[in-house]
Amino acid sequence: MTTIAELLSTSPELAGLTSEQIEAVAECGTKLGVETGEYLFREGEPADSFFIIERGSVALELHAPTRGHLVIETLERNEIVGWSWLFAPYRWQFDGRAAEPTDLASFDGARVRALCEGDHELGYQLMSRFTAVVLGRLQATRVQLLDVYGRADIA
Amino acid sequence: MAVLTSPEPLTAEPGPMVPTAFVVVGRRQDTEDTWTLELEARDGGGGLAFAPGQFTMIAAGGSGEVPISISGNPAEPHPLIHTVRAVGIATGAICASEPGAVLSVRGPFGRPWPVEALEGMDVVVAAGGIGLAPLRPAILALLDARERYGRLVLLYGARTPDQLLYEAEIADWRDRGMETWVTVDAAGPEWLGHVGVVTRLIGRAELTGGNFGAMTCGPEVMMRFTALALAAGGIAGERIYVSAERNMQCGIGHCGHCQLGPTLVCREGPVYLWSELQPWLAIREL
Repeated sequence: MTTIAELLSTSPELAGLTSEQIEAVAECGTKLGVETGEYLFREGEPADSFFIIERGSVALELHAPTRGHLVIETLERNEIVGWSWLFAPYRWQFDGRAAEPTDLASFDGARVRALCEGDHELGYQLMSRFTAVVLGRLQATRVQLLDVYGRADIA
Repeated sequence: MAVLTSPEPLTAEPGPMVPTAFVVVGRRQDTEDTWTLELEARDGGGGLAFAPGQFTMIAAGGSGEVPISISGNPAEPHPLIHTVRAVGIATGAICASEPGAVLSVRGPFGRPWPVEALEGMDVVVAAGGIGLAPLRPAILALLDARERYGRLVLLYGARTPDQLLYEAEIADWRDRGMETWVTVDAAGPEWLGHVGVVTRLIGRAELTGGNFGAMTCGPEVMMRFTALALAAGGIAGERIYVSAERNMQCGIGHCGHCQLGPTLVCREGPVYLWSELQPWLAIREL
């Protein structure tokens, strides 16, 4: 069974943390299993944690009146779920639903923030990696917004 | 007084500008706006021998001629198969052609996918939207010679689940030894697959460490970001092939409408190395 520290060290999005940093963050984590359709969080609720997926996938959803639940993105094995815990007002912006039976590590956001306050090097390293995650997903979202597969009346 | 005589009878072979009449012998609707047509030459010649990635110039009635990639199996070129998306008058008329209708066809034209040059390597095929149709012949050729390649990986993105092409066939490709990853840009909760842009699949497919060559086809923006992501994943630009789309009209490099920098896409393309094409795509005026 994969330990939380192993999960942290094998996530490409967190690659390069020292073993001490990994151990410190792992102390803030617990393992979690959710069934298909179970919600990890819902829009507007306090964002007090983040997750790394060990197995399965999580759909980020938005509910729009008359359109129902729209899946914005799915996140998969080894990927980070959630960055709202890092930034005030610490509220989830989307719903997070298990798209299939999913195992994750869940990390206490307040404890990790406190760790970062006490160890600015760890804070910098974590912030760099989460910023890269945010940047990658922002760029992907921009391409998504281009609607590149939409109709182009050419011929 | 001059004596008028009949001109010499025409004996030359018809050139590449002379179309051949093809009859629609099969028609299937793939998505809301995309159809697959099966065509056979009216004179009984069957389909057309072609290489994966080549295209024909095709027209229905007087609605204009357009370049359409061949989407059939190169090992079984009869009938000629085209998957066409109705985006305007010419493609709309082609898609509306019922069995029995006659279309004019010229070709095949263009430089094909380097299927044989990739032998011995891992191959990733990245397709977006209708871009899977020009790649289908290459995929079928890869699978027909499965033992000559390492990993075969398909990354396919579409706008929504109901706009995915060849869904049943993709399952067959998976059974024949191709790793298949499919994603859509937007979906409802009933869709159980991936949601997100096709470039997001590159990391998930774990391509690093392989000896990969890549073929990609789709909207130009999608190919650009895909090529960049593949390169960031360790695949050199000299191993990434893209299919360019420009205003192709003659198909033989005479009219110049499809010029892109120093190249004529209909003749030297549509398949290019990314490293060849990238500098020219960066010039917005082209």
